[in-house]
Amino acid sequence: MEKNISRRRFLKNSAATSVSLIIGLNSKGILATNKTNTVINPFVRMDQEGFVTVIAKHFENGQGISTGLATLLAEEMDADWEKVKVEFAPANAEQYKHTFWGYQATGNSESIANSFMQYRAAGAMAKDLMIRAASKKWGVKTDEIDVQNGIMRVGTKKGSFGEFVTDAVNLTPSKNPKLKTPDQFKLIGNQDLSRKDNEAKTDGSAIYGMDVKVPGMVYASVVRSPRFGGTLKSFDVSKAKRVPGFIEAKVFPDKRGVIVYAKNTWSAFQTKKALLTKWDFSNAESRSTSDMVSDCQKLAENPEFEPRPFKTDDDKQPVKDLNHLEAEFFFPFLAHSPMEPLNCIIEPTKNGVRFYDGCQNPSGVQWASSYILGLQPQQIEVKTIYAGGSFGRRNSPAVKDLYQAEAAIAFALLGKKTPVKLVWDREDDIRGGYYRPMAFHKTKIGLDAKGKILRWDHRIATKSISKGTDFEKFLVHNGVDHFSVEGCVDTLYQLPNMSVGLSDFKSSIPVLWWRGVGHTHTAYAMESLLDMVAQRTGKDPIELRLDLLNSNDLKQQRMAHVLKISRRRSGWKKGNKRGFAAHYSYKTFVAVVADVSATGKQVHIDKLHITVDCGVPVNPDVIRAQMEGGAGYGLGALLRNEITFAKGQVEQSNFDTYLPLRISDMPEIDVEIVMSNETPSGVGEPSVPPTGPAVANAIFAVTGKRILELPMTQSGFQFV
Amino acid sequence: MLFKLKINGNVLDVEAEPQTPLLWVLRDDLDLTGTKFGCGISSCGACTVHLNGTPVRSCSIPIESAIDSEITTIEGIQGKVANAVQQAWREKNVVQCGYCQSGQIMSAVGLLKNNPSPNNQEIDGAMSGNVCRCATYFRIRDAIKLASQKLEA
Repeated sequence: MEKNISRRRFLKNSAATSVSLIIGLNSKGILATNKTNTVINPFVRMDQEGFVTVIAKHFENGQGISTGLATLLAEEMDADWEKVKVEFAPANAEQYKHTFWGYQATGNSESIANSFMQYRAAGAMAKDLMIRAASKKWGVKTDEIDVQNGIMRVGTKKGSFGEFVTDAVNLTPSKNPKLKTPDQFKLIGNQDLSRKDNEAKTDGSAIYGMDVKVPGMVYASVVRSPRFGGTLKSFDVSKAKRVPGFIEAKVFPDKRGVIVYAKNTWSAFQTKKALLTKWDFSNAESRSTSDMVSDCQKLAENPEFEPRPFKTDDDKQPVKDLNHLEAEFFFPFLAHSPMEPLNCIIEPTKNGVRFYDGCQNPSGVQWASSYILGLQPQQIEVKTIYAGGSFGRRNSPAVKDLYQAEAAIAFALLGKKTPVKLVWDREDDIRGGYYRPMAFHKTKIGLDAKGKILRWDHRIATKSISKGTDFEKFLVHNGVDHFSVEGCVDTLYQLPNMSVGLSDFKSSIPVLWWRGVGHTHTAYAMESLLDMVAQRTGKDPIELRLDLLNSNDLKQQRMAHVLKISRRRSGWKKGNKRGFAAHYSYKTFVAVVADVSATGKQVHIDKLHITVDCGVPVNPDVIRAQMEGGAGYGLGALLRNEITFAKGQVEQSNFDTYLPLRISDMPEIDVEIVMSNETPSGVGEPSVPPTGPAVANAIFAVTGKRILELPMTQSGFQFV
Repeated sequence: MLFKLKINGNVLDVEAEPQTPLLWVLRDDLDLTGTKFGCGISSCGACTVHLNGTPVRSCSIPIESAIDSEITTIEGIQGKVANAVQQAWREKNVVQCGYCQSGQIMSAVGLLKNNPSPNNQEIDGAMSGNVCRCATYFRIRDAIKLASQKLEA
């Protein structure tokens, strides 16, 4: 039976049509066709049928960027939206780098910000070429030609882009084509654009890494140490050999685990269960969660680093006559658990290897696997396909920790000739580490008799994400990993007498960026504390925040504006039993009003009112979807999720113990997008941080109970 | 062992171990990859298919117990209800990463076939076995209501 249907279908879907044009110049300054590799602005391809293919340098993990990049390019091109298709770019940092970072990857909620001008310019360049080709053929001036929906018109003459593709090849593209002014936008800001991935993701034809099959491929899965930092002592394969489909078992050179190879996914998973292993735990994590919490409490007593010191030495002395408010917050480790368990395919090519992967970091995959396989990075090809979620899990600041590096090792150990598909099961996902780090906050706020905040002493103990990675030298300054304190140390609120202290929690438990990163705990602490101050002083929570924002500063002004719109839109009234929180992250301002109802300890989250200012709203409906999804993702973690340890072993294993948010938990959501002409900013992450404290503040308003320990079920609440 | 399976209106021969879950036969042997693997323990619904018209979790059904049933996967759904659901999903821009959506759609089609105008509680009841980590639930609810309207019209 033919075994490579999936791959053939995938190749067919992504294949270039016969006569096509990639907009860009080759080294001779003339337009390049897709037969040459010397294109310099390779973001769009056109064919004679009038289809416009946008080449996306960012990967699609649900955040809607394929629609976003298509919007930017098609806008300036005045292309027919129905004829715009999207393809993912190959690994080629020179052409497709994230221009803020210098290498090719997606993250930090900044794909639109990074591509806003680049993809518009590429579209404008393409349109200019079409117009000039038509002007030449028709003998009219370029400014006489009107372009709408991929059709050019002058007088009675009319032609589609497709008709001029071959003529355009002979023209030299303009380097600085004129861009539209915002009042000319038809697609940017359009409420009615449909997502480009709608069809394929509703008829089963969308291809993810998990779906790719290449001829001769074997399936690999990994048995890892049950405690982080453990190494393999020995293993016994005799029982595993009896599993039908078993092929081979190999040990990682660093003894981190055993790779089993099998003829299909099911066999690989069964083989893993049948493998007997013994481990050396002498360097492994052996604490339980309760030990880790008390270690963090001790660490917070005496901060190692002081990323934000009090302004004068006097301020280090607690002032006696202040009215103090103290609180300690605890945040657990969290798994990302994207719906698609991690996987990728690696196969040999004539000149190196090829990955099929929902690839978040193609440059990282090239670096890591070239090192492992003794190749040059450019010998590593990456076919990026849809990713079934990431939330940060598919990237890493340490390229050796990328799952694709594990696939490269599995491929190398088998002799570098056999294509290997590395597959994780859900248990690997939940127990495999790279969590949102656990965090502990110890805080003390001093208020004067009138309720004014005079001192804010904030200490954090958490594991650094950047230390020990490739990015440590860029991301750690004076011992401080910014990811540990972001959202607190740089709060927009005017708290002149604030100190932030930091201690690194040390453990072999691997940690990673998780949707919202440091903001996921700092925003919860900051916004809960402000609610506590409001309650203590009898102030309205929104008024209190407005008083802490300075209208002379643009960012604070934008935040204040969001607060006021949120207040109006949600119908907020002083003294109402609702929760409010706001947070600035990824250059975006988000405010959330939460409505909950409670019967005793049983709580239902009824509605979230979300207000967002993310600059120019490129795709309003995608922004709404990200606000809804971010809130839901945050909520799932907030209510029930924690990764805990018993003597170093993870206690959760699958969705029966790491309980995901379900449809009955999902509140109504209203999203208001603030109109803005500022540069577009992030939407994937910024609704996660303020959702938690808004819900916590609402629960306080309704039940009188302040939740300082997450998940909320640990504080005795049930969510119904 | 050789099994004959009735899938999407065709009878297909499959060589597999009797205990192999239907999910893996569909995906690895028959290349029907629209049905997804999410958890392997019937907790997430990504693997939902119809067995004689009823939504079931294919990760937990051994192939030997599926031989007498009509199996329908996302690739094979058709008819008024399926069209209405898929169309509603597109109009509401429900999908994000999309990985769970085959399963969501199979459950939604199963629901609307039995109950063409479900209320919120009935929707939550029928859909609570389907996890979406992107949390598209709010739109899933909306899309099911829209599909229901389309069917009434």
